[in-house]
Order: sequence, then C-alpha cells, then structure tokens
Amino acid sequence: MNTSALVIMLTTMLMVTGTTLYFFYQVLNTPPKPEPDSYLDNDDEAERQIPNH
Amino acid sequence: MSTNKESWGSRVGLILAMAGNAVGLGNFLRFPVQAVQNGGGAFIIPYLVCFLVMGIPLLWIEWSMGRFGGKFGHHSTPFIVDTMHKNRLWKYIGVFGIWTNIAVAAYYCYIESWTLSYVLHSIVGTFSDLDQQGVAGFFSDYVSIGTSTLGIPYEPIVFYVLCLLLNTWILSQGLAGGVERVAKVGMPLLILFGAFLAFKGFTIEAGVDGAINDSAVGLNFLWTPNFDELWSPTVWLAAAGQIFFTLSVGMGTVHCYASYVRSKDDIALNAMSAGWMNEFVEVVLGASILIPISIGYLGVDRVTEMVQSGGLGLAFQTLPYLFFQWGDVIGTFAGVMWFGLLFFAGITSSLAMGTPWMGFLQDEFNWKRKSAAWSFGLIVFVLGMPTVLFFKYGVFDEYDYWAGTVSLVIFALFESILFAWVFGMKKGWREITSGADIRVPGIYKFIIKFITPLLLLWVFVGSLVTPKDGDWGAALSGNWVLDDSSIINKLNNVSLKRQLAEATDPAMIEQLQNTLFFVNASRILLVIVFLSIAALVYIAYKKRVREGRI
Repeated sequence: MNTSALVIMLTTMLMVTGTTLYFFYQVLNTPPKPEPDSYLDNDDEAERQIPNH
Repeated sequence: MSTNKESWGSRVGLILAMAGNAVGLGNFLRFPVQAVQNGGGAFIIPYLVCFLVMGIPLLWIEWSMGRFGGKFGHHSTPFIVDTMHKNRLWKYIGVFGIWTNIAVAAYYCYIESWTLSYVLHSIVGTFSDLDQQGVAGFFSDYVSIGTSTLGIPYEPIVFYVLCLLLNTWILSQGLAGGVERVAKVGMPLLILFGAFLAFKGFTIEAGVDGAINDSAVGLNFLWTPNFDELWSPTVWLAAAGQIFFTLSVGMGTVHCYASYVRSKDDIALNAMSAGWMNEFVEVVLGASILIPISIGYLGVDRVTEMVQSGGLGLAFQTLPYLFFQWGDVIGTFAGVMWFGLLFFAGITSSLAMGTPWMGFLQDEFNWKRKSAAWSFGLIVFVLGMPTVLFFKYGVFDEYDYWAGTVSLVIFALFESILFAWVFGMKKGWREITSGADIRVPGIYKFIIKFITPLLLLWVFVGSLVTPKDGDWGAALSGNWVLDDSSIINKLNNVSLKRQLAEATDPAMIEQLQNTLFFVNASRILLVIVFLSIAALVYIAYKKRVREGRI
C-alpha cells in the first residue's frame, strides 16, 4: 500500500476500534444503579436493592 | 391504561439492540461505495467530522427525547414530541417516526429476504458452477419472480413472506424476549463473520486462486486520499448523508428503544457505545470486504464502473462468484458468512422498525403486544408487495428515496429544532446529562443548538436543489441548473420524462410509461399511508381528551 493510504487507514481503524472498545469497557465496568432500574436482569439480587430507611 | 409493560433485559442487550438498529446493509454496501466516489481516504475526514458534530448530537437528542417521552408512558414519536411542547401540531410531525419505519420495512424486508435466500443458495451450492455472468443472471431472474431456482414457485415472494413472518414472530416475543435476544446472538455473529471476510479481504495475493491484484490495490483504491476533494461541498454532503443513514437517526426507532429506559438510568454513555459500535462495523469491517475483494479479482476499472450503480450489484451479482474462487468449501462458508452477516445486519434493523408502530398501538389503543406485532407484519406485507411485484418499475427505489432518505432528513431537522430551540437547551441538556455515566463535553451545548440544526438544514437544502453534476461553483456563480438527483427534479420525474422523450424503441417506451405510472402510484400510496397514520394520531388524541388524559 502507498504510505498516505496506509497512514489514513491505520489511524482511522485504530482510532475507531480503540474508541469503541473504550466505551464498551466503560459500560461493562460502570456499577449498576440500584433497583428499580430499566433492566429486568438481576431484579431480584439483594445487593441491588435500595436499602430500607 | 396502556397495555405496554415492555422492558429491556440488560444494559448490554439494549446497547447491542441499539447498535443492531444502526448497523444495516448500508454499513457494508453503501459506505465503501460512498468513500470510493468521494475522495477515497480523504472522505473519512468529513465523515468523522460529521459524526462528531451531527451524528453524536442526534444520538443524544433522540435518546433523551425517547427517555423523556417514556416518563409519560409514550413509546412512539407522535406523543413523545407532543410532551415536549404544547403546540398540538408537533404530534403530526411525529407521524414521520412511524410512517418512515413502516415504509422502509416494506422494501427493507425484501432485501433481507434476498440475504436469507442467498444463504440457502450458498449452502446448496447454486453458485458453485456458475460463471460471473451466470451469478448476475441468477439475480436478474430472481427479482423477476417467474423463475424458480429451488423448485419453489414464486421463490422471492415465499422468502419475503418467510422473512416477514420471522420478524413478526420475534417482535411478538417482546423487547427482552425477542428483539434483545436476536441482537445478543446476531451482533457477535455479524462481527465474527465480518472479521473472517475482512481477513480474507486483507490477504488476497495476485496470481493465487485467480486473483489479478493484491489486497493492497483495493485498499489503496479505497484509502488513498484525494485532498482536493475536501473542498467540494458534494463530498461533505455525501459524508453528512452517510453519517445520517448509518446511525438510523431521524427514523423514530432510537426514540422508541430509549423510551423504555428509566429517567435515572444513563443514556449518554449508552448512546456513545452503540454509536461507536456502528462506526466500528462500518469503517473497520465494512471497508475491508466489498472493495478489496472485488478489486482483487476484477480490477480497478471494472469495479469503478460497477460502483456507479451502488453496492447492491457487487454484493449480490458479483461476490457469490468471487467467493468460489477460494474453492468450494471456503466459497460456501464465505457465502454463508457474507449473506449471513447481511441478514443479521438487516433483521436487527427491521425489528427496530416494528417497535414504534407496536408502541403506538399499545399505548393509545391498548392493543396486546402480539396483535400489534401481527398488524405490523400485515401492513408491511401489503405495502411491500408492490416493491416485490413491480421491482423493475422502480417502486422499490421510490420507497427508498422518499421514506428511506428524504423523510429522515426532514424529521431530524424538525426534531433538532424542537429539542434545542423549542423544548430549550437548558431542559435538553438536563435530559442528556441526567443519570449520565460519562461527562458530556460542554461544547456540545453549542453544537446541538447551532451546528447540528444548521448542518441538517444544509443537507436538506443541498438535496433539494442539488446543482447539476454537483458543480456548486457554477451554481453559486449564477448558473444553477438542477441535477436529476435533486429532490425537486425527482418530484417532477425529470429524468424519466427525458428518457421517455428520447426513446424510440416501442418496448422501451412502454417500459418507461409503466415506470412513470408505478412511480407516481407508489408516491400516492405512501402519502395515503402517512395520512392514515396522522388520522390515527388524531383519533388517539381525541381519545385522550375524552379520557381526561390531556
């Protein structure tokens, strides 16, 4: 490949892949909010419930 | 009370469904062709700029509008936009968010059914013995309906109905049990299949398996920058258009999916994650398959000629033949993967198109989920049959142009003005940042208020009065001749009428006259559908007034 095409392709692909992985990693590693939230999974897990006052 | 008790199963499921909604056939077929036609590697600069200043803002606008409407129990755009301002006319603008989906689903499911059929034909080896003309001829025979290749009479109609039944059944299983489950299986498989084909696209060697070029030739063709093109408004318009269509904004599906998110939950990070996932599929996978493989086997000149008519021809008339250059086994696998990934890209989008209509019926008329899903399937079938039966008369293209192109720009323009100027940026910003798991850069207040609506206005005006051959220099210097692709000339059927005036062959004249008739008839049909949905919105509004809900 010629240099300019290679530079543009690699820069673009690495940037897009890196940003995609970064945001998806953030999603996976952000602690979920207490129930009731928008998602059905884990609705019954005790540690996800709002503590009683 | 609404019968709508839908919920998402998990956050990752929602993001995959939202990414699946955005990832469509255009990621693999439209993006590489647009890049080739608009400056090669330099296209990516306006493309990414438009993603930052138009795509991301529209994603945040639509996610927050949807979540805001969901607080009031609305899951389709007519009443979502109605909650944002007291003017009663807004809900009729919101009709676009249902109409577009029904009209697009009608022809989109037809292409989706081709992919399903081509998966089967790849498995049974239909293409293994055909030369390139044979594969192209197979496609022409297929869409002309009469020829049965699997011994199934009216094969395209059978696959179209099968595809609609599959979509309807999945929709009837609900968000978590149907749509989300498909996205959780479909998106990873799509990426896996795409990665395999991209690997093949990167490793073609001239002289091996009949290839005439190395991969580098195709990649150079796609990525070599022509920086002179950066000054062309046509290239920027094409980049803005591509960002627009790839993200599925201006359709009403993002609003609908986001309306099931509670107000305390994040939308800012979710929107980023889904949006960038779409970009990954488009820029990394989409750019590495169609063009490098085609050029590897056909050469630059042939492919340059072929991309003038878009990516569909390459995808269905050429690639099945090229895959079998790798041998029968890999050719079969590659065919299944290529059409399989197109099928998953298609179905995750067409499922999203069903949800606004279903949400509307459930919210306003208390329909059960299953009845709402089957009504969607039935309407799409009735509206879609003309695209199947009269494909050669341009009905398909007409649906695609008005519902799948023009209407998206119009609705997005209205919603960006509503959000930033009518609802107000102060409230709008609160909606975007409420519950956010990332810090939203403050510069986006300015971008959403000024840049995005102006850019959308420019895209709309640029499409309305596109100058001949995209020559903006000549147009601005006083010689403004409209191009045939401009909305005004399309509306007046200028190109068709010119062809008709120039035609001398009686068969050609008859074909063109029929095309003109079907083009006008399909427009009337689309207008009738729009007005019918607007009438339903009016009835729903009156019902709300009677029930004291307004």
